[in-house]
Amino acid sequence: MEPRPTHQYDVVIVGAGGAGLRAAIEAARQGAKTALLCKSLLGKAHTVMAEGGVAAALANVDDRDNWKVHFRDTMKGGKYLNQWRMAQLHAQEAPERVNELEEWGAVFDRTKDGRILQRNFGGHSHPRLAHVGDRTGLEIIRTLQDKGIHSGIDVFMEFTVRRILISDGAVSGCVGYDREKGAFTVFNAKAVVLATGGIGRCWEVSSNSWEYTADGHALALWAGADLLDMEFVQFHPTGMTWPPSVKGTLITEGVRGEGGVLKNSEGKRFMFNYIPAMFKAEFADTEKEADEWVASVIAGKIPTARRPPELLTRDVVARAIHREVAEGRGAPHGGVFLDIATRRTPEEIKRKLPGMYHQFKQLADVDITTDPMEVGPTCHYTMGGVRVHPETQESTVPGLFAAGEVAAGMHGANRLGGNSLSDLLVFGKRAGEHAAQHAKRSAAHPRIDAAQVEECVKESLLPFERNEGENPYAISEDLQKMMQRKVGIIREDKDLREAIEAIRSLRERARHTKVGGNVQFNPGWHLALDLKNMLDISEAVARAALERTESRGGHTREDHPKTEADWGKVNLVMRLRDGNITLEHVPLEQPPAELKALLEGELSH
Amino acid sequence: MSSTAQLKIFRGDRNGGAMVDYEVPRTPGMVVLDAVHVVQATQAPDLAVRWNCKAGKCGSCSAEVNGKPKLTCMERMDKYPEGTAISIRPMKTFPVIKDLVTDVSWNYAVNKKIPPFKIKEGERKYYQYEADRVQEFRKCIECFLCQNICHVLREHQLKQEFAGPRFLVRVAGLEMHPLDTEDRTELIKDAMGVGFCNITKCCTEVCPESIQITDNAIIPLKERVADRYYDPIRWIARKVFGGNDSRQ
Repeated sequence: MEPRPTHQYDVVIVGAGGAGLRAAIEAARQGAKTALLCKSLLGKAHTVMAEGGVAAALANVDDRDNWKVHFRDTMKGGKYLNQWRMAQLHAQEAPERVNELEEWGAVFDRTKDGRILQRNFGGHSHPRLAHVGDRTGLEIIRTLQDKGIHSGIDVFMEFTVRRILISDGAVSGCVGYDREKGAFTVFNAKAVVLATGGIGRCWEVSSNSWEYTADGHALALWAGADLLDMEFVQFHPTGMTWPPSVKGTLITEGVRGEGGVLKNSEGKRFMFNYIPAMFKAEFADTEKEADEWVASVIAGKIPTARRPPELLTRDVVARAIHREVAEGRGAPHGGVFLDIATRRTPEEIKRKLPGMYHQFKQLADVDITTDPMEVGPTCHYTMGGVRVHPETQESTVPGLFAAGEVAAGMHGANRLGGNSLSDLLVFGKRAGEHAAQHAKRSAAHPRIDAAQVEECVKESLLPFERNEGENPYAISEDLQKMMQRKVGIIREDKDLREAIEAIRSLRERARHTKVGGNVQFNPGWHLALDLKNMLDISEAVARAALERTESRGGHTREDHPKTEADWGKVNLVMRLRDGNITLEHVPLEQPPAELKALLEGELSH
Repeated sequence: MSSTAQLKIFRGDRNGGAMVDYEVPRTPGMVVLDAVHVVQATQAPDLAVRWNCKAGKCGSCSAEVNGKPKLTCMERMDKYPEGTAISIRPMKTFPVIKDLVTDVSWNYAVNKKIPPFKIKEGERKYYQYEADRVQEFRKCIECFLCQNICHVLREHQLKQEFAGPRFLVRVAGLEMHPLDTEDRTELIKDAMGVGFCNITKCCTEVCPESIQITDNAIIPLKERVADRYYDPIRWIARKVFGGNDSRQ
């Protein structure tokens, strides 16, 4: 048998969004021979879709901000289930990472005195999001891309990894195929960084692109690594609901940050009815006070009034919208109304939210400078993922690292808007740095187990060998619909058990897919392979969601509506053992006294 | 009542191909990419098309719809009357890989030749009015539709001589960046071949981000080159006083 084409690198980064690019830049800076594997073309990864901004306590707009407040907001938003050390490092290092982007050429919107402008966002006590209109993600990925291509990184575009290779209990590389030729290539590496993003394509209504098929989550699981917090999936409150073509497409939280309000079919600003006890002290309880806050912000003053409840955390707002619709006060197409038209001038709207203006005008025939938008929850982000060391980002498998959305722990039970772009910068850098150091410690390249490679290739090519079989698109659609109905924004015991059963039968169907054509750029084949990841990770989500018999952050149980103190001390860990996904309760790491004191005032609410 | 749309989609690879007929149901708000996806899911799972965000932000799904370069995720089907087939072809300027997917690697090679941002020492404050003109260029989503339509590249295939509108926009974004100190004027004149552009503005017309490519990026770059290399007064001034910086 001919040997597979094999490349040797110190560090291989899987995924080329913000986390992967930042990791690659850092690994190369440390002197590691680095490869960056992109599932799409370079610069098209999901980071490009991030709109509202990157959270960092620069205190350019409100000098009361600092890392401690950011840390506290992040922990509170995560309902205190976060890995405290990650939340701390993130809050401390985000400003440096954002300033570094400016040094690399990023052009953020400016304050009047010429510094990086920051906007308000849900759950952040102060205006904290550095931004570029509503296209912050594009600015960040382009800045990293243009920095990256001059950093001595080898870039492999349109390459999908199918398996992490393990030798002697540690990472030895990975194997995958390129889309153009469908040829399998081995990367022999001392360290591999997963930066593959999320899992949102497992749901029907999603803001995520085709790439978000749980690749990294599954690769880690199959490699024997621990997954953490898989029950926590974020449904962003404001996706488009009409027309069907764009159902789920994201509307930035920046609309609310710029003063936009949510109204039901009766014209009421319903969010005042949904302020949780833990947030009562910080949010306005009258429209008058909320409007005063907006007026101060627009005038560029530090507000003395409390914040509008539209800026509560995403989990809270998404549940409120869900409830309004369920109780019959929804907009015509199953959402509610988001109104910026009566709040800001058309010029301001076009200037601060150009993408939203364009998107509604072109795709929904709605002019957001004159009419309200219809919005509803859309699957957006997963807090769960690879369990990593908070400082090095190394998983429980030696040599396997993870950063960005695919890693878990930073956001706990719910992520604050703007904390994802900062997460991927802070932990992308850390992952790249520590992967390079890991590589330096091993003199020789680990050996490759050819049997693992051949098994992966053989399994991947099976769909071409069947004359009979099902269309992978039909299975994918059934999975998405099922997950939407049974493992969606509101969950209960019976649905979750049915979901786990349904995944079993879908998995059986997925074993018998048939794809036409050949291995060259064949999306049907790619989807047939992606199904395996999606099914395994859907099962992990459903089982963790069944196990956690309480409601917290992104996990809401109809049958267990309360947040339970005991569950606040436990993370759920899943791993693959002997072909089965096992589940374990692990005690939540407690922060040291000085950080606990920061949170204490909050915890007593 | 549901209606249908007739599509003619290019199916083929580097060795050639043909337009193939498909029919899909029309749904409210449907865009061309949706129609392609319906074909993929129900009739031709191996139909190759690039896409990512499906919201006009990533620039992956460029193709030629009835001969016009478009982002297929932003192109509404109801613009096209029923009863007449809509043709969907890959971008002509780049070699076909398969179906609607083209080899755009040349663009990445051009990008790599542009010297990166080099920040000035000291004060880093700058103001929104200065950010504005650079931000216009940084809106570019790299859909390469401007490269596709530019006749220098499309008809004359002068890819060795001319970098194309996309990269003149990129270099304009660097040259006009308030904190950048690199000098790329020679590159713009020689390696990027700004002189090949004869200002027909086709690129500006197809830009889905409405970047004023010709007026705001290319013409100012041409002026910089003219100032540096073809202005006799400046040429004499340089000879007398030394220095060669034509930056404003």
